[in-house]
Amino acid sequence: MANKFDIQTRVEHKYAVLETAGYLNDSLGEQLSKKAQELIEKGYTQLVINLDKTALINSIGISILIEIIEALDERDGTLNFCGLSATQERTFRMMAIAKYAGIFPDEKAAIADF
Amino acid sequence: MANTFSNDQVLLTIPMRPDMELAAAKLASVIAESMSFNDDQIEEIQLAMIESCINAFEHSQSPDQSVVIQYIISTNGLELKITDQGIGFNPSNRSKRRNSQPDLHPDMRKRGWGLEIMNTLMDSVDIMSGENGTTITMVKYKTA
Repeated sequence: MANKFDIQTRVEHKYAVLETAGYLNDSLGEQLSKKAQELIEKGYTQLVINLDKTALINSIGISILIEIIEALDERDGTLNFCGLSATQERTFRMMAIAKYAGIFPDEKAAIADF
Repeated sequence: MANTFSNDQVLLTIPMRPDMELAAAKLASVIAESMSFNDDQIEEIQLAMIESCINAFEHSQSPDQSVVIQYIISTNGLELKITDQGIGFNPSNRSKRRNSQPDLHPDMRKRGWGLEIMNTLMDSVDIMSGENGTTITMVKYKTA
């Protein structure tokens, strides 16, 4: 079963948006981590990850999101999530992610928080 | 959960290969939809199924490298039995982390969440594990 996934990146003046599509597992997570790391190294420390097109996510994928949060923490950066389903948000809150990253209903709200 | 309709059962065997947990999750979605679970419940069932499968993939060391899944449909709800023939595990022990990097925030640890996710998303989770393998039984009850 092929897991089709994609990551779109949009860079603005002070922040960047990473939009995932497809199942967020270790494969997509590693690609997302690589793109986030590249942005952080370029000085973008305010990131939005839009999961609106990611219907399914597993705990390995979430662990990679936590690594991105930690990488941004080390540079006093901020990660905001948006586009989560109710179940994804519930899972993120259970895993304490909401303590260290923002969770917003949509991209506009996630960007406005910066 | 008592299964009053023994014929209302679907069996699936998946190999322990990348993304095969999606096959199990998608079949669960189709069955749950046919039982009129709502969209949130269907997503909860799918995510719990994914965690159960990858738990078996990562930790069971099953010699046949496969996982057998029973989907048992009853009037009360959907019962899922995920079985591997691996070495078993102690559910009270957390899984080892993927790497040796320490967690920056201990309350936001990176690994070992699978069972907690299953417990959060399903109405009941029961684990039977021994030297001949592990069966995780999860139930999502139908609500009025």
